[in-house]
Amino acid sequence: MMSEIIKVEHLKKYFPVQKSFLEQLFTRKMSHVKAVDDITFSIKKGEIFTLAGESGCGKTTTGRLVVRLLKPTSGEICFNGADITKLKGEKLRLLRRKMQIIFQDPYASLNPRMSLGDAVGHPLEIHGLAKGEEKKKIVLDVFDKVGLTPPEQFINLYPHQLSGGQRQRAALARSIILKPELIVADEPVSMIDVSLRTTIIDLMLNFRKELRLTYLFITHDLAVAKYMSDRIAIMYLGKIIEMGSKQRLFLNPMHPYTQALLSAIPVPNPERERKVIELMGEVPSAINVPSGCRFHPRCPYKKDECTEKEPQLIEVEKEHFVACRLY
Amino acid sequence: MPLLEIDSLTVDYRTSRGTIHAVEDVSFSLKKGETLGLAGESGSGKSTLGLSIIRLVPYPGFIAKGRIKIGGKDILKLPEHEMRSIRGRKIAYIFQDPMTSLNPVKRIGEHFVELIRTHEPNTSKEEAFERAKDMLNNLGILPERINDYPHQFSGGMRQRIMIGLAIALNPDLVIADEPTTALDVIVQAKILDLLESLRKIYGMALILISHDLSIILERCDKIIVMYAGHMVEYASNTELHRTPKHPYTQGLLQSIPNIELADQKLSAIPGSPPNMLNPPKGCRFWPRCSYTKKICQVKEPPLIDVGHNHFVRCFLYSEEGVHDE
Amino acid sequence: MNKAKIKRSILARLIPNLTSLTKKGPSGWMVILGLAIVSALVIMTAIGPWIAPHNPSKSNVGPIRAPPSPQFPLGTNHLGQDMLSRILVGGSIMLQVAALSVLVCFLTGVPIGLFSSYVGGFLDSTLSLVIDAIYAFPGLVIAIAVAAMLGPGVINMALSISVVYIPSYFRIVRSQVLSIKELTYVEAAKSAGAKWHTILSRYIFPNVIPSIVVVVTVNFADAILTAAGLTFIGLGVTYDIPDWGWDLKNGWTYLASRAWWIISFPGLMIILLALGFTLIGEGLSELLNPKLQR
Repeated sequence: MMSEIIKVEHLKKYFPVQKSFLEQLFTRKMSHVKAVDDITFSIKKGEIFTLAGESGCGKTTTGRLVVRLLKPTSGEICFNGADITKLKGEKLRLLRRKMQIIFQDPYASLNPRMSLGDAVGHPLEIHGLAKGEEKKKIVLDVFDKVGLTPPEQFINLYPHQLSGGQRQRAALARSIILKPELIVADEPVSMIDVSLRTTIIDLMLNFRKELRLTYLFITHDLAVAKYMSDRIAIMYLGKIIEMGSKQRLFLNPMHPYTQALLSAIPVPNPERERKVIELMGEVPSAINVPSGCRFHPRCPYKKDECTEKEPQLIEVEKEHFVACRLY
Repeated sequence: MPLLEIDSLTVDYRTSRGTIHAVEDVSFSLKKGETLGLAGESGSGKSTLGLSIIRLVPYPGFIAKGRIKIGGKDILKLPEHEMRSIRGRKIAYIFQDPMTSLNPVKRIGEHFVELIRTHEPNTSKEEAFERAKDMLNNLGILPERINDYPHQFSGGMRQRIMIGLAIALNPDLVIADEPTTALDVIVQAKILDLLESLRKIYGMALILISHDLSIILERCDKIIVMYAGHMVEYASNTELHRTPKHPYTQGLLQSIPNIELADQKLSAIPGSPPNMLNPPKGCRFWPRCSYTKKICQVKEPPLIDVGHNHFVRCFLYSEEGVHDE
Repeated sequence: MNKAKIKRSILARLIPNLTSLTKKGPSGWMVILGLAIVSALVIMTAIGPWIAPHNPSKSNVGPIRAPPSPQFPLGTNHLGQDMLSRILVGGSIMLQVAALSVLVCFLTGVPIGLFSSYVGGFLDSTLSLVIDAIYAFPGLVIAIAVAAMLGPGVINMALSISVVYIPSYFRIVRSQVLSIKELTYVEAAKSAGAKWHTILSRYIFPNVIPSIVVVVTVNFADAILTAAGLTFIGLGVTYDIPDWGWDLKNGWTYLASRAWWIISFPGLMIILLALGFTLIGEGLSELLNPKLQR
């Protein structure tokens, strides 16, 4: 029985909407962007768990919450059994050694005024783990691991001298240098050229074995998710609407949204017949969330009860959960 | 007579650090109603190629060599005011980012009316408005929203408006540069379907520029694969999918995850795209190619006809290449 | 905090940049020209005391109000002092005042701006309000008011000019920090566990420096003009010390008697010095701004 490295329960994150000065004076009601609205899931040690969905579904916010770059509005986050929801100060800093995050934009995630060696080695300095020659040795070693070779050459380069793929490798190097247990990867390859994506993905997969890492992988690209993940959770408007092992989810997508999503993904095969499931309308705003099941305005199977009751995640087959009245 | 003929086109960028040959020696033609996909990654020159067709290559870029003929007429020699009447009317361009392509202080209706009346000055305002409302209907947008501002629409709807503006004057050719990159998958499918159906109704030719080979394979009859400014392969989509000949195309196809395949083994192309200020000598792909021979590092391979209207720029398929060791 | 190390690394990067400036087009040449003017004037003022043909403060080395001649190339003033010697050393006070005020402004405006905008909230809003209020006043008016309160002297002049300029530093730093602190690499630093002072000093401050450099040069230029102005109205240097501003003030009186050389040459030097700094500032501003190219 694999232990759970992350356990998230009834997690919520609401962002208050900025009001104009007059609105602040005359209205008492606060409206919120319900970015994450009561989600529960757990990640087993050593697995690659993917949060997938379109933009605005809350996956990026969830990733930030798990590494505590954001504070939850309510709910609980547990890391290796310990409650980290309200951690702050020194305890939070110590936690940072065990969880790292890789960002989407390789052009923005590196300090333009820090050399690569300094930037990647900085976490070691921050936590007082190594400095000077020893730090340099560790950095060289980690550069070697991510394929930035020859490492001595890359240490003194600045981000603007590298390509997008190389920058993302540097970001990857920075994330593993503290030997964390969990890495949250937020769309790590979506801004990189297609032919280079597999390199980064393969590096991440290798590190899972070599460094015994667990990944929370966030993406909107379900094809990549299928290649990489063990388990996937599909999010829509702040909620998890389907969750299951990779095999089950792709073989038997149950939620109407998942089905529509999968049918819309382009396939590099001109000879297959495309049957795209049409969805009406667009994703509504997270400020005015539809009543009951959030998906009902666009659902082809909508019934009256969908506007009243919010469906809960039910285990329909082994390791496969759906939140839909159809089940 | 083909609608569009490009002959040995070369587009350079003259920067303070040297000259970049963003597009080099590209030739192809397009017939009325055809769909062509320009596939390539960053630095491949596909966007520059698209912009050069309507002569909107930004400074310090310029068309250095070659000819572009629209309906038989060489447009590189046209004076700017004549070119302006071609843009929007005969050839329409859809830009990548719908967020910034619309004027935020103009209503949607005004965008259409201005466009129509610029090119067809005898149209009255009322007429132009009616046509705009019809177009919104075809785009799947409620005609009542004609007086809304761009920020009141979502990204997907804005891109639809962009498409509407592009085809409003019934052009012969639409060039769409990464039209769906900023959009989600479901919206992307809708937009591309819309483009396809409108295209069929009005009989327009389409050039689709994208780094996403999947959508190009799905939606374009003919495909050009670009690498570092060169056209490395040209074939129909089925031909390219069944028998990709250029090592780059093969590598690309092997690195795209296919959601319909069960246990895919993906492989990456080693190395990175070249520095366009100082590209490799000979074939620009040789540093990353597993089949590279000595001749590849010295001479630039010519475009070779391998039958079935399929062309490859690679020594593997030329007499010289076969005999070189 | 490694302020010294940062300053050293700025200089270390400056030298190779100077040669690359020639390739950067008209703005590069502006910077070079400005630097040339400023360096020339600073060097001239520094070695002035040794190369001056006469003692600049000694009266009656020549006839009173004598026009330019081979013996006194820039003429003499109403006290019979040699104008050339006075010009050679007269920039000293002004440069001291300007340098001192820039230093004070930098050491107060920048840290306050950094800290206030990083912390945000009530502190930041209140401080911005206060700073904006000061900023709204015309610079010379404040300088005059403060100088009148403090009295004459180099340090007091520097302080009164500083009060005028601290808001500029604060505002520029604040606007930069507000946008930089939302950037991903700052988030990355936080996620690695960096403390707030590390983030400010190693992630935010180095990226704010380019915009501060421009303010510094504009600050210098304006400080020189303000120092001249203060002296001119009697609130700056009040005793007879070789100073371009002082000569300006006296030269004004004698303009009517056609002794144009007493006011013109000091005036020219002041303009030249201010121009030098302004050229550097303008050139740098153009170079640093459209830096987002591909």
